[in-house]
Amino acid sequence: MSQPLVQINDLKKYFPIKSSFFGKPTGYIKAVDGISLQIEKGEAFGLVGESGSGKSTLGQTILRMHEKTSGQILFDGKDIHTISKKELVHLRTRMQYIFQDPYSSLNPKIRIGDAIGEPLLEHGLATKSDVDDKVGNILTMCGMAPRFMDRYPHEFSGGQRQRIVIARAMALNPDFIVADEPVSSLDVSIQAQIINLFSDLREQRELSYLFISHDLSIVEHLCSRIAIMYLGIIVELATRDELFSNPVHPYTKALLSAVPIPDPTLDRHRIELKGDIPSPEKPPSGCRFHTRCPFAKDICREQVPELRQANEDHQVACHLF
Amino acid sequence: MSTIKQKPAAERKKSKSIWTESFRRLLKNKTAVFSACFLILMFLFSFVGPLLSPYGADAMDVTLMKYPPSLFHWLGTDDYGRDVLTRLMTAGQISLTVGLASMVLSLVLGALLGAIAGYYGGIVDSMIMRIADILLSIPSLPLLIIIAALLSEFKVPTDYRIYIVMMMISFVGWPRLARLIRGQILSLREQMYIKAADVLGLSSRRKIFHHLLPNTYPLLIVVATLQTAAGILNESTLSFLGLGVVAPTATWGNMITIANNLIDFQKRPWLWIPPGMAIFLTVVAINVLGDAIRDVLDPKMKGR
Repeated sequence: MSQPLVQINDLKKYFPIKSSFFGKPTGYIKAVDGISLQIEKGEAFGLVGESGSGKSTLGQTILRMHEKTSGQILFDGKDIHTISKKELVHLRTRMQYIFQDPYSSLNPKIRIGDAIGEPLLEHGLATKSDVDDKVGNILTMCGMAPRFMDRYPHEFSGGQRQRIVIARAMALNPDFIVADEPVSSLDVSIQAQIINLFSDLREQRELSYLFISHDLSIVEHLCSRIAIMYLGIIVELATRDELFSNPVHPYTKALLSAVPIPDPTLDRHRIELKGDIPSPEKPPSGCRFHTRCPFAKDICREQVPELRQANEDHQVACHLF
Repeated sequence: MSTIKQKPAAERKKSKSIWTESFRRLLKNKTAVFSACFLILMFLFSFVGPLLSPYGADAMDVTLMKYPPSLFHWLGTDDYGRDVLTRLMTAGQISLTVGLASMVLSLVLGALLGAIAGYYGGIVDSMIMRIADILLSIPSLPLLIIIAALLSEFKVPTDYRIYIVMMMISFVGWPRLARLIRGQILSLREQMYIKAADVLGLSSRRKIFHHLLPNTYPLLIVVATLQTAAGILNESTLSFLGLGVVAPTATWGNMITIANNLIDFQKRPWLWIPPGMAIFLTVVAINVLGDAIRDVLDPKMKGR
């Protein structure tokens, strides 16, 4: 196998907390604290975790929407945090981000045809004469009628807007898309359509995804490999089938036990987690999950567990394994 | 795809709905409609009126000096025997033009500098905003007077005075605007769709002119009206003081200069009441209209 499309090595992103007017930051929010992963060409990679676990920060740092604190991100062999701005602008056509909220990610003053066509013109992927045709084709591909081009975002429903946002990202014909909870603000019926759109587009275009979600069932449907994130680190990383049939980390088990099963007769054993996710400013010592882990032992409080190979396609960071 | 270009009329209409809706609500406000009508009349009066007048604005008649209103000279004549009504009209041309032009100039300057400051932040922001702060901390009238007095020293030809007055008024007008626009841009900059524009790799120019500034249009329109009123007032003040547009060019401001003379003030009110009323009514009408537009465009202001 050739090199992966995206290679992340020990990525860290800390946000400084400023207290006084001039003074140095009093602390750091360790949103992403040492993450390594690879995403292959044409792969859909799922990233799951609860709110505040640093999923979005990771996604945004990968596309250099934030400057990293340390680590390395290689996109097709290029370190995207060290290349020049000019090169970065060029790379923008190859990697795109889809935001969680389709209501705020479209400019209310710009017609959707322009919103989709503008980046095409900017990057020289279309000329003034054929931009309308191209935008029309992309809209059709995303299940929207080309005649909607002259309308403003407020005239569309949430599902339609998300299609527009997807169309805008797809228009640049990227190789890699970070989709940040693209369906969590939509109705369940619309969610299914959008998810299917994602998997259709992946098949048609050999796209790679980093699919961020807190909903395991969606990730299960779409992704071939899944990472579970907790407080800025990956606690478990496995192929889909392996993860769902054989979860190892107690946190993963708890998440999986919370997925609703549409069968009332089934006897469910639910692992309930106590309390909230701790502050990423002062993560717990040792294993970050020990404060909420039902199986925590002394070693968990003292030593940080490494991400170890459980088997060929399964990695986990837990002392109890 | 030829079908794309044929837009049904109904759809096109729907897309403009924010503006048409605002316009419809503006029409419901009777004072605003009245003000707008008055302003249109004022423009017609100033720009079409002189064509209908039998007298030239500068045509003197030594036999009819300081004559009270009559059938031939509806508003009388001034100390050179010029028709006051005709001069009022041509003065209106100058005053309205200066008001509008200085508004446009300060709007362009203020919006551009404010947008640049808000968008780039950092040292660019600090520099632009400090200059604006300095200009704002000096009362604008003394500042205008000083600049005007300096310029008078340089013996600028009278024909060019009007352009210089426009530039001076915009010079003191832009900082307030820049500050407002900067504030708006700062909050817009945090919007998700601007982050989306970043990640789409759009250029700064496109982001500022296509994404950020169009979202400040409601604010710009309101400020533009108020700025026009301020421009007219400033021009009148300067001209009244003999530092703005100077004779023989008539403006409403230099026409009231005559009220400085006690005898004219007491005995010949037709010389100064008409230009005074013209300034007063025009400025009030513009301000009322501006307020109404703000109410219409800003839903939060409703009911205040």
